[in-house]
Amino acid sequence: MTTRFEREAQPESLLLNMGPSHPAMHGTIRIMLELDGERVLSSEVEIGYLHRGFEKTCENKSYFNLLIYTDRLNYVSPLINNLGYVMAVEKLCGLVVPEKAQIIRVLMSELSRVSDHLTALAAMAMESGAFTVFLYKMKAREFLWDVIEQTTGARMTTSYIRIGGVRADLHADFAGACRRAVAETHKVLKDVHGLLDKNKIFLDRTRDIAVMSRADAVSYGWTGPCLRSTGIPYDIRKARPYLLYDRLDFEVPVGERGDNYDRYMVRMKEMDQSLRLIEQCVGLLEKMPAASTADGLAPAEAIRMARGQKPVRPVILSPNLEGADRTVQPEIYAAAPGYVLPPKDETYTTMEGLINHFGYFMKGHGIRPPRGEVYFSVEGGNGELGYYIVSDGTDRPYRLHLRAPCFHVVAALEQLIRGRLIADIIPTFGSMNMIGGELDR
Amino acid sequence: MEEEKILDALRQACPDAVLSAEVSLGDAVAVIRGESLTAVAEFLRGAPLSLTFLLDLTCVHHPGRVEAFEMVYHFLSLDTNARIRIKAGLPAENPEIASLTGMWKNASWLEREVFDMFGVRFAGHPDLRRLLLYEGFEGHPLRKDYPLRKRQPRIPLRKAETK
Repeated sequence: MTTRFEREAQPESLLLNMGPSHPAMHGTIRIMLELDGERVLSSEVEIGYLHRGFEKTCENKSYFNLLIYTDRLNYVSPLINNLGYVMAVEKLCGLVVPEKAQIIRVLMSELSRVSDHLTALAAMAMESGAFTVFLYKMKAREFLWDVIEQTTGARMTTSYIRIGGVRADLHADFAGACRRAVAETHKVLKDVHGLLDKNKIFLDRTRDIAVMSRADAVSYGWTGPCLRSTGIPYDIRKARPYLLYDRLDFEVPVGERGDNYDRYMVRMKEMDQSLRLIEQCVGLLEKMPAASTADGLAPAEAIRMARGQKPVRPVILSPNLEGADRTVQPEIYAAAPGYVLPPKDETYTTMEGLINHFGYFMKGHGIRPPRGEVYFSVEGGNGELGYYIVSDGTDRPYRLHLRAPCFHVVAALEQLIRGRLIADIIPTFGSMNMIGGELDR
Repeated sequence: MEEEKILDALRQACPDAVLSAEVSLGDAVAVIRGESLTAVAEFLRGAPLSLTFLLDLTCVHHPGRVEAFEMVYHFLSLDTNARIRIKAGLPAENPEIASLTGMWKNASWLEREVFDMFGVRFAGHPDLRRLLLYEGFEGHPLRKDYPLRKRQPRIPLRKAETK
């Protein structure tokens, strides 16, 4: 059994297998190369090594339960994946999310976007030999992930953004922690600019290599930083604003040539814009009341005071500690019974609360959006991240399809490396930021 | 309403092709005949709508219906920022629709994925074979009659060929 690629190859050319287990094919992807010396005559990209039936699994899970699978799509920016799914369901159900939850969602998606770009460029730089840049960027990503971890309780598999709101309120010192992380990231970005922007080795490997024309970028369905590197200023946050993006101040950086260097530069500039957005949101957040009144108390003491038969002082716990406590928090959850998690305290103490709880989690009950279908997209780290959901009125999606941005980007890899050297594959592939979880689903 | 205008333009340009058109949850949605997909796509891509961007292409399986497979296309215009969803039903036996690979380059992989997952064939696709799953996989997993926990038979080890 020979593949079409093997049959069509010239008899005198060398066939070389790159991947699926290759240090530069992060994620697993296989590129079959037809070589004349070091020059790539043609190639065939084979994907699917990380396919785990995401869409089939989701069709057999309830709307609440399948949220955790969205974490594992683009595992570098899980919060944006949560957001896209959750907002698609909210569009289907017509839920309105409170403003504080929207601010938190913007914050979380921008923190994720920065960490996504940092990871993409770190891997790209490392594979081009700039290991220092890799370490610097990983350091910056740790600062951001610390903020994410303090808020969501997890570094990668967050499941933090929930249908109707967000899982928990921010902790007391969030603004300070966020500002420190942003300041550290700015420092790292400045260092990286100094290390790479005019670096002869880096420029030789990226400038005018793998140039994508605007027409081809559109024909391939490129979105996100890769599309903008060709000079098309399309960003969903501007084109179809969701959350608070129409009220916030930011720019959409674009490239000129559409080569590897532009894809690097657009991502670097986008991180600056994202940090600007984070700073604006932190400013907005400081004007909001805190949901928790347990500040200054040790967790055990706070729980005892909130749960006691005769509370010494009325304490509202932060949901960071013990799940949504006495009431559903109106600041961060929509007032939509049946769509948001019922308060735990009522579940444990009242009959109605217990019924509500079972009504939410029991098979065949829970979140049941009306019949219909919806497509909703957010600006993910790699571009337009869209969810297409068909609902038949039951508690499970009849069909859930993900429009993965890097699927369209990687589809163009064969064209971009044709006629180039083997060494050019590495930065080209790195600049695409292929994420296996999202590509193969 | 911008969505209504797009649908009106589509209805006027291809009156025979459009079966129904409505705005659903703020999105323009048109159901067309499967055989007129190429004509509709060409009209959408050209002036005045200039929906030059094939955003997404997927399929939904409805086993009980006569038209068991429903192809779903999303188009986007970068100039006017308009979007439209086009749906086309295909029969349960030998579902086949025209390929869009001649118009959009990303259609190649998208159609291979739908072929892989649903077994829908695309007339005119230059290289229609499985994309995510492997050669030798039995069945099409996103069809509703494919069991969730079905196991696949082992495929024989492929011997390395020497030229």
